[in-house]
This record gives sequence, structure tokens and C-alpha cells, in this order.
Amino acid sequence: MGKLFAVILALVALASAYPIVTHMYVQPVDISTHGHAIDEQLSDTMAESGFAFLGAQLLLAFFVWRFSNRKNGSKVKHLPGGAKLMVATAFILVGTEVLALGVLGQKAWADVYFTAPKQDALQIQSQAGQFAFYFRYPGVDGKFAPLHPDKIDEGNGNYFGLDLANDVEARDDVVTAELAIPVNREIQLLMHAKDVNHSFYVRELRIQQDFVPGLDLSVHFTATKTGKYEIVCTQLCGLGHYNMKAYLNVLSQEDFDKWLKEKASEQ
Amino acid sequence: MAMKQGFIAGLAALVASAVMYAGPSGGTISGKVTYEGTPAKQKPIDMSKEASCAKQHATPLTTETVVTGPNNALENVVVYISAGAPDDPAPPSQPAKFDQKGCQYIPHVLALQVNQTLEIANDDQTSHNIHPLPKTNREWNKSQPPGTPPFSEKYDKPEFIPVKCNIHPWMHGNFAVLKNSHYAVTQGEGGFTLPNLPPGKYTISAWHESYGDQSQEVTISGSETKTVNFVFKAKPY
Repeated sequence: MGKLFAVILALVALASAYPIVTHMYVQPVDISTHGHAIDEQLSDTMAESGFAFLGAQLLLAFFVWRFSNRKNGSKVKHLPGGAKLMVATAFILVGTEVLALGVLGQKAWADVYFTAPKQDALQIQSQAGQFAFYFRYPGVDGKFAPLHPDKIDEGNGNYFGLDLANDVEARDDVVTAELAIPVNREIQLLMHAKDVNHSFYVRELRIQQDFVPGLDLSVHFTATKTGKYEIVCTQLCGLGHYNMKAYLNVLSQEDFDKWLKEKASEQ
Repeated sequence: MAMKQGFIAGLAALVASAVMYAGPSGGTISGKVTYEGTPAKQKPIDMSKEASCAKQHATPLTTETVVTGPNNALENVVVYISAGAPDDPAPPSQPAKFDQKGCQYIPHVLALQVNQTLEIANDDQTSHNIHPLPKTNREWNKSQPPGTPPFSEKYDKPEFIPVKCNIHPWMHGNFAVLKNSHYAVTQGEGGFTLPNLPPGKYTISAWHESYGDQSQEVTISGSETKTVNFVFKAKPY
């Protein structure tokens, strides 16, 4: 009975590793310049934790096989050093694993977070609010007009709180519900939350960044493939969270210019 | 020939007076609501996050904070008697209906009476939440998934109440809760008629969601019809 259990244990462990090892789950297409670093990191993490998982399960199966069917009264043998040695070994092994992931992963992280965007990066502001994303382009003057939260009037399409009557700079700002960007150009997304925490997640961009009310955060990225991708909120933000989404539309520079002109005429 | 024309005219006058006599008693205030200046440009609404609604509009819906008609007519203005008319003893038994269709409120401005049943329906294939923002009435915020039956509410104080849907931030409407049954909401041509007013001195008011309130004094004697026009100043921003 003990031996059968050991075999089942080993088989379950191997079967759960199979889809990972054979890459049955295909990653969504990567459309960013930094995405490969994140993918490599994910696959390193998967390999490291996969080996640890398999090793632990197979060792357990071995012990179950080896020491099952023992006769009553037979003497138990301990590894030398007692529990202290075991705890110290586990501490070193797990510590090394966690530290190694951090050290190896810092490059992927630093590329996105500790490197400043280029000077010519296109700045776009995003406003997240219950339960939609809106985006703002600075218009021909290249400047974002200041925001006045008291002026927010969604029924009037004033999602950001622009003071069109008094700020001349605000009149050319282009506000949209879609995030259109030119391909192969760095984008700096300035993130502003109107009410509670939200998150900007585009799996193809390999970007997931929270919006935090009161903190003006930003991320920068460069998209390398044209197409339409979904932006979803991944922070539970209330009743309509499930429906909080928008679209990222990666266009050629020419199509982007056309799109921006058309949106500007609608303001 | 002249005799015949005179006869016809006389007959017409007789018929007309008989119709007036047979009609409801009291005077009438009628008129038109217009704007002067340049109203704010209405923006197209991007509903792409709600595909089931977006496909119901062949051309994108626009915002409706200022809706105009031909010859500077101003729509969605609530014209009502704010003083001088007695409060109605009971609200009308018919419910006032407010519909959500294509992620739009229909009508954009719903006038109803104090304590009249307000019936709210969701004709969309998506969930809405109806969140009116009153200042003197009780506030509520109700979710209405697709396929659920209409629900009813009432307001017990007169008030102009903006209405929004948090799930679809572009959805915006208004409830005008009024004290009596003498009201009209202007449509395409901007005209209104308030009939059946007993003789007396009235304050007639016009309310627009972006341009605010205006009032005029009118005295009605007998069954006369008085013309009252309202002109709102429109600004581009």
C-alpha cells in the first residue's frame, strides 16, 4: 500500500510538471521592447520553482517507498545534527532561491522602473476612475493644462476636469477613451487616479502598474507591433470593476497622426 | 359671393367659440425657449468598452448637456409653474418612465411630480447602476442587471436631480421633480404649452441643466392665452 502511494505521488508530480515543461500554455504575444526580459524572468522563476517542486515531491515519494512496510519495533534512524541542521539547510536553500530570483530579476525590473524615459518619449496622461479609463494627449501646444477635480463633469465629456472657460491651454488637449500610440516610439504614461486604486494591465505589453490616488506614477514602454489590445483594471475597485476596460491601439506613425487629428476635431 | 364668405366666416367663428367653450376651463401659457450665443460643442461618446451598446448607434451618440433645434431652439428645458399654482392633491397614477437603452438615458430629462411613481427599466444587455445625486431628497444607488424587471422609486420633495451610471461614466440624465402638474419639457422646436391654468398670478420658470433657472411673472385672467418666451445665454465653454 505504501509503495503504491509512493508511485502515485511521483506520477502526480511528474504529470503536473508535464504541461509546464512541454510549454502547453502559450504566452500571449509580446509587443514590447522590454517584454522578453520579463518573459525570461518568468521562465527562470518557473524552472527554479519547478525543479524545487519536483525534487521535493520525488524525494518524498522515495522516502515513502523506502521506509514503508517497516516492521513494528524497528529502530528509527535520524540524520546527524537533528532538527537544527534541517532548519539551517532549508533556510539556506530557500534563502538562496529567493535571493537568486531577486538578483536575476532586477534587470527586468530596472529596465522598466529605474530607467528614465527618453527625452522624446510621447507623454500621454491616463485618468482611471470608477469604472473607465480615459486618456489625454497634450495637443498642438505640447502642454497638459492643469486639472481641476471640481470641474469634472462626465455628462459633458469633461472626464479630467479641464477648465476650458479659463485655461486657454486646455482647449487643445485631446481626451479619448482609447489609448492609441505610434508603434516603435517610446510612450510615457502618466497615471492619475480619480477615486480609488486601479491598475493598468496590458498582458501583451507585459505592463501591470497600479494607479494610486494622490500619487502621480508613470510607466514607460515601447510597442513593437501594431494591433488592438485590451487594457483591463486588475485592482478590485468596486461594483463595476469587471467592466473597467479600454483598448490599446498601436498604429503606424502615419495612422496615429491621422487618428490624433480626427480626435482633436471632436473636442 | 361676399354674403357667402361672410356666412362661412360667421359659422367658423361660432364653431370656434363652441370648441373653446367645450374645452377645459382656464387660461394657457405658451411660448418658446431659445438661446443666444454659441453653445458648447457636444462631443461624440466612445462606447467601445461596452460593445453591446456601441453597436446600437450607427453614428456615435454625442453628449447631451446642450441640445438645440432649428432657429436657436433649446431642447430639454423644463418649463413649470414654480409659484402661484396650488399643489396637486395627489400625484398622477401613471408612472413616469425612465429607460436605459444603448447606454443612454431616455428621456435625457424626465419631469415628474412629487410622490409620483418613477419606473426605471434596463433594455440593455449589460448591467447598469442608476445613481441619482439629490441634495434634499434621499440618495440611493441601485444596480440593475440585464433582464431584470423595472423597479420603482419616489421622490417626496421637489428638486432637480442629476442622474449617472458609474459603470458607464458617459451616461448622464436628469430628474425634474415638480410640485404640480403644470409643466412641459421642450423638444425639437423649443415650444411649450401649459394649459388649464385658473385665473391668477403665476411665476413661470424655465430650467436647463447647463444654463440654470429663469423666471417670469404672468397674470392669467379668464381663458386667455399668454405668450411667454425664455432666452438663455449660451457660452462655447
